[in-house]
Amino acid sequence: MSRLATRFEALAKTGRKALIPFITAGDPKPDFTVPLMHAMVKAGVDVIELGVPFSDPMADGPVIQRASERALAHKMSLKRTLEIAMEFRKTDQETPVVLMGYLNPIEAMGYENFANAAQRADIDGVLTVDLPPEEGVECSALLKARGIDPIFLLAPNSTDERVKKMDAVGSGYIYYVSLKGVTGAGHLDATDVENKVQQIKTNTKLPIAIGFGVKDAETAKTIARFGDGVVIGSALISKVEENLDDVERASHEIIELLVSIRQALDS
Amino acid sequence: MTEKYNMPDERGHFGPYGGIFVAETLMPAIQELNAAYQHYRSDPEFIAELDADLKYYVGRPSPLYHAERWSRELGGAQIYLKREDLNHTGSHKINNTIGQALLAKRMGKTRIIAETGAGQHGVATATIAARLGLECVVYMGAVDVARQSLNVYRMKLLGATVVAVESGSKTLKDALNEALRDWVTNVDNTFYIIGTVAGPHPYPAMVRDFQAIIGREAKEQCLEATGRLPDALVACVGGGSNAIGLFYPFIEDKSVKMFGVEAAGDGVATGRHSAPLCAGRPGVLHGNRTYLMCDDDGEIIETHSISAGLDYPGVGPEHAWLKDTGRATYVNITDTEALEGFYAITRMEGIIPALESSHAMAYAMKLAPTMNKDETIIINLSGRGDKDMQTMAKREGIEL
Repeated sequence: MSRLATRFEALAKTGRKALIPFITAGDPKPDFTVPLMHAMVKAGVDVIELGVPFSDPMADGPVIQRASERALAHKMSLKRTLEIAMEFRKTDQETPVVLMGYLNPIEAMGYENFANAAQRADIDGVLTVDLPPEEGVECSALLKARGIDPIFLLAPNSTDERVKKMDAVGSGYIYYVSLKGVTGAGHLDATDVENKVQQIKTNTKLPIAIGFGVKDAETAKTIARFGDGVVIGSALISKVEENLDDVERASHEIIELLVSIRQALDS
Repeated sequence: MTEKYNMPDERGHFGPYGGIFVAETLMPAIQELNAAYQHYRSDPEFIAELDADLKYYVGRPSPLYHAERWSRELGGAQIYLKREDLNHTGSHKINNTIGQALLAKRMGKTRIIAETGAGQHGVATATIAARLGLECVVYMGAVDVARQSLNVYRMKLLGATVVAVESGSKTLKDALNEALRDWVTNVDNTFYIIGTVAGPHPYPAMVRDFQAIIGREAKEQCLEATGRLPDALVACVGGGSNAIGLFYPFIEDKSVKMFGVEAAGDGVATGRHSAPLCAGRPGVLHGNRTYLMCDDDGEIIETHSISAGLDYPGVGPEHAWLKDTGRATYVNITDTEALEGFYAITRMEGIIPALESSHAMAYAMKLAPTMNKDETIIINLSGRGDKDMQTMAKREGIEL
């Protein structure tokens, strides 16, 4: 069984919700990321989504765009993101790591080269924002053959037909985008999320992680009830941005926020 | 001997290019748009309304003008100019914005968004939005806002909101990113009018179909003027909408050579250019697979061109396909050469072209002398140069 499946199964048994932080690899500088990943695990996160910096992050709001820009200024890349994941894995064989990014860096590396490199880095899942299942048949097959889960998004306006499609081609979990918009946008409506996630669950048994617009412990707790986990990204990266002159402090504030969310989820 | 050309396939593929590469959040909007387009493209009432607008509002057909003096001067092929610069709003862009806006109206959308580089597509969109009473927001890179301030003012006069995009390289690609972000947020009431033959399917095919009137008219006009098909077509290529508009109706006419002219900026060898077909590689950006300017890590490279409208790291997927199959040839012209084209046609024919179209003029200056006097070249004069007066005056050290 994959690390992701094992993790979600264990959580379900104890009735806990997955806490999934998203951070951009190499933001604000390359050596910040691995220690932060370990610290986040200590703070009680269950899965780490590692953002691959891209020059044109079309689905992201300004906070994650700027994180990409900071990382790229340090020559971060898909290759170096995989190196970070490999470094993390040396001392943590338990925590699933999911790469989240855009397709062009994978196209440039070549699908097969990428799948091999991801396997070497012991990556657990890959979420490619701009690769829908129809176009992703080849890439998903290469990943699955190496025991890596292809993870797909669903949106508030996704039809039942789309849900069934994601259920058929995806594995690991489904990332439910809780609002119409980009990452870090507006405020989300809990009732809308509840209704939609319930509807999705009639068509898939995959765990549902809910993200986009989760800002604090309170929203995390509210929406986690409807699914199997919450993803928090922009709110963490804001801590980096607010403390660019003091990365220790950035790390400290990220951990503080994650600890408060963990407590809220478990209370 | 003609061979049937029926690209793209039903999922928007031109061979390995094109397709739908968008976040799931946009997928329902894309599907809704595709269904509406497939329905209305053959709806007689829709076609009649579009044709009437093109005739009475845009002023079509645009003339095919024989540039006799310039042809004589170059001493080779006879050059004909397809005068898209004479359209209402000053470029070919309006052929497409009218089509998409009429579609938006039928789909019940009340808000229009668009990206723009030189501002021509933005103006054409703001124009039709004003006429149809639709709210209009145009995204434009901050660099382009500064170098095309005249068009920014025009859009504002027309009632549009112009948003200066400060992310990334602050040019056309970043405007496109921002428009996509707006669309995903306001997908219920908003129609995104993409200005070029890029983006996810159905945009490349839909924009081509709306622009193909250029080539259909040109074919008829050329037959009338010369009694035969042209020998060569020349058009500038940024995203490639004016080029595909001219080329498409001639694709099956194998005797007609097609030349797409990319912007070489400071020269392709310097790396400071906007010529993905000549010097890029296949990749995925803005919803489709095509030739791109990106580095070995797949990060998009900043582009350079004197003309804001060609300053884009990608190109329509159909051009990528026409390049690979050899049906069209893609060449490039530097900023300096484009300026030579600009001055030549201005002084020789009394027509001031847009800097984008000047790239096509400059290539024709190389091509025409290699051809016989009884051969014909059609150049797409895609836009007029009014918007570039400030840029040109500044280069000449003149304060306007």
